[in-house]
Amino acid sequence: MNIESRREQFHTPTLTERILGKLHIDIPLFIILLLISLLSFVILYSAGSQEVGLLVRQAFRVGLAYLLMTVLAHISPYQFKRYSALLFGIGIALLVAVLIMGHIGKGAQRWLDLGVFRFQPSEMIKITTPMMIAWYLADHALPIKPQQLLISGVLILIPTLLIAKQPDLGTAILVASSGMAVLFFAGLSWRFILAIIASLSALAPVVWHYFLHDYQRARIITLLDPEADPLGKGYHIIQSKIAIGSGGIYGKGWLGSKQSELEFLPESSTDFIFAVFAEEFGLFGCLGLIALYLLVIGRCLYIASQAQDTYSRLLAGSLAFTFFVYVFVNIGMVIGVLPVVGVPLPMVSYGGTSVVTLLAGFGILMSIHTHKKLITH
Amino acid sequence: MLRNLTYKDNPEESHQFLGRIISALIIILLLTAGLIVRLVYLQVAGHQHYATLAKENSIKIEPTVPSRGVIYDNRGKILAENIQTHTLELIPEQISDLDDTLLKLKTLLDIPDEKIEQFQKLRKRQKHFMSIPLLTNMTDEEMAKFAVVRPFYHGTDVQIRQSRNYPYGELAAHVVGYVGRINEEDMKELPLAEYRGSTFIGKLGIESAYESVLHGTTGYSEIEVNVQGRPLKTLKEVDPIAGANLYLSLDMELQKTAYDALEKYNGAVVAIEIETGGVLTFVSRPGFDPNPFVVGISNSAYQALNASPDQPLFNRALRGLYPPGSTIKPFMALAGLEYDAVGVRQQLFCPGYYQLPNDSHHYRDWRKGGHGSVNVSEGITQSCDVYFYRLASILGIDRIHSFLQQFGFGEKTGIDLMGEKSGLLPSRGWKMAKKGQAWFPGETVITGIGQGFHQVTPLQLAKATATLANNGKVVTPYLVDKLVAESARSPSASIPKSTIALKSANIKTIIAAMVNVVHSNRGTARSIGLDINYQIAGKTGTAQVINIKQNASYNEHQIDFKQRDHALFISFAPADNPKIAVAVIAENGGHGGSVAAPIAAKVIKQYLRDKQTAQP
Repeated sequence: MNIESRREQFHTPTLTERILGKLHIDIPLFIILLLISLLSFVILYSAGSQEVGLLVRQAFRVGLAYLLMTVLAHISPYQFKRYSALLFGIGIALLVAVLIMGHIGKGAQRWLDLGVFRFQPSEMIKITTPMMIAWYLADHALPIKPQQLLISGVLILIPTLLIAKQPDLGTAILVASSGMAVLFFAGLSWRFILAIIASLSALAPVVWHYFLHDYQRARIITLLDPEADPLGKGYHIIQSKIAIGSGGIYGKGWLGSKQSELEFLPESSTDFIFAVFAEEFGLFGCLGLIALYLLVIGRCLYIASQAQDTYSRLLAGSLAFTFFVYVFVNIGMVIGVLPVVGVPLPMVSYGGTSVVTLLAGFGILMSIHTHKKLITH
Repeated sequence: MLRNLTYKDNPEESHQFLGRIISALIIILLLTAGLIVRLVYLQVAGHQHYATLAKENSIKIEPTVPSRGVIYDNRGKILAENIQTHTLELIPEQISDLDDTLLKLKTLLDIPDEKIEQFQKLRKRQKHFMSIPLLTNMTDEEMAKFAVVRPFYHGTDVQIRQSRNYPYGELAAHVVGYVGRINEEDMKELPLAEYRGSTFIGKLGIESAYESVLHGTTGYSEIEVNVQGRPLKTLKEVDPIAGANLYLSLDMELQKTAYDALEKYNGAVVAIEIETGGVLTFVSRPGFDPNPFVVGISNSAYQALNASPDQPLFNRALRGLYPPGSTIKPFMALAGLEYDAVGVRQQLFCPGYYQLPNDSHHYRDWRKGGHGSVNVSEGITQSCDVYFYRLASILGIDRIHSFLQQFGFGEKTGIDLMGEKSGLLPSRGWKMAKKGQAWFPGETVITGIGQGFHQVTPLQLAKATATLANNGKVVTPYLVDKLVAESARSPSASIPKSTIALKSANIKTIIAAMVNVVHSNRGTARSIGLDINYQIAGKTGTAQVINIKQNASYNEHQIDFKQRDHALFISFAPADNPKIAVAVIAENGGHGGSVAAPIAAKVIKQYLRDKQTAQP
């Protein structure tokens, strides 16, 4: 290797590069996320009956979420790793607290009232679970061994069951898949993965009979035969399909959603916002939105591939994959191929909690990408 | 081992990781392709189909609300019914100047600002072409006034709507409860599909406890609507199934007698038919008029009810907690006999006070000079406190607790209403758990006369009395006797019947003593038993409201009345073949014998008179 090329490797950074370095922001990811947020406001205006107040409230939350993202991007991945187990422990404790309070109060309880704002521990656990598993596996040699797999499995199962008990099946699925994604990236053998899939499908009848709530069972039945209960559970899916299908290739244009305006479509600004989007912007719009999501996921996977230690790799990979699960579960449910489990469309649906968690995740990804100590090969 | 060491943080690992990244990417792309295929299926292949559904002829599913079940008393008198009310409604879309119209209507019909505000709130949530209520429950006069000007008000009309009416008002409010508009809290727990279109939901009392059967099953019709959502024609109709009618065990005439008999006192009267457990009267005075709650009570009216020192919204019979006072004595005496702690003829001496060994404190009798030597019967008849101080000390708190528990003290009676209080039957375990303290002997002493920690609800007291009268066969009170539905269903019968093991000689002794309370010339309630040809068994009681320390100073004007003792009376009749058990609590009534006993007597006498005339 000659001196010239060495110098290239150690080249002094330009001013822009230095500023960006200070900000710890990953510009490509940031731009795509902003685009999706922008699109979110466009569609929320239409889905939310053109109410400006709703947009202002959402803008405030999204702004806070971006702020949190920037703050997290400044923290070094080493710190995340260091506090992984502690944060996970706190998250589990809060989940238990919420469950107990739910028992004391009545019915479902997901919130912890902190006076100033309400906090949903299951959101925090979405990030701390992959952190925990990544932390646990990072200190062992890869690929993953049976004993570690067992312990990781238990670590994933605890928060998943606690959340499923709330009951919040959607979040439970997301938490479980975020943990399992870590295992996947840790090199869990394909044979094992197939075995897990096989045993899960064998377990399905058991879960059906003993773990699902009546309303959850009803939603799955409804998915298979929506017409059976047009007044109640089937209504969501029937109306959602009508909205999407009537949008056609080009859509009815912005503010052109008749289905949500006439209140045929329930939850049109939250979980079912994709139906409004599909109705107004058609197949092309949907493809565009999906493309944006794929860009986000692609960039995140790239960041994971460039990460320099095991913990960062596993965590980044998991965050990227979980984001996809988010997209897939929501769109899948809105277009009627997955049961209605109450997962919002990431970065687009109205509501603050999910966007805060998502952007916090991206903040961690940016931190991983912008805090490299070693020289790239 | 060597492999592990070389494997960590090295190119091999990152190479393997890269493999996984690529696998993940492939999985993601495949699944996304699946989504896109489905989208193409819906938006390209299915577009025509869905567009027809969505465009010109949309099908809207309109729920048809079932009529709510009617609630009757045991004679078939209506306690809660569905009525049609006239409601002034506006269709904003058809009104050119809404503010002006509202202003004119306001002056014409004298509509309060609150209703206008409510209208504006509703209007924001509804479509422009929908009819929105402004004035509910219109009077004839209001309708006449409006009829004159109606031609000038386009888009404003009087509509007939379903509502709920409670003819007995405050008399039965604490039993029947009321329905109110479904609010966000209710929505969280409701089966939403069933309640689409429903306006009301039971909020209190029977209306709430039996909500699921009263509501009925919602039907629906599929209606073709045009692009603005206007109905065109009905395609299919599924009829609703009306809610079940409920027949209560309650006797409204008896209820009214009991309510009126309380007169100026706040309190409760609970009467139970011993044979069945059916509740005949369930009075909590003062009551309140449930009707305003149906349409939405105004804030000021609600505040007034809430702030009233008489607490009309408080269900005393179900939730009021009172020390049982001397009404506990028959149960305590029975415990003494059952455990052989005292003999039937055994006399205990009453010098007017009782002292625990090594304790200077005087537990005083209500009669200063004392009752002299009294046996168990005389102890009950004259309500001798010292007898029961001694008896309680002999029994000890553990035996008292386990004996009284069998009569349902300290537990919910299981009546078919929600929100019942379980009262408090103290024990060592309870005190350690709640207060972290050991049980003191002095606390056993005052438990003997129904003071101290022991708290009962009037309903509990009535149940215990009925169980005593029933020779220990536990009576479980209930309100709904019969359920008449389109799909016939009988009430949840088979209430498990348990019996307390008691010696019949002991019960006879206690009942005889309770008869003497009413019919002997030394009894504490002798005034009520003069004009009847059967015998009433009873026991008076007074419950101290607050312990006033000797040196304590207080504002005498304000609390004078409120400081007076509560008057209690438990009773059943006829003593030789008990049919009805009654418990009365008159708050701040002073003495059980003079205030509470006559109230119970009125209820008993009327009930047995009616029963006689019914079976000539």
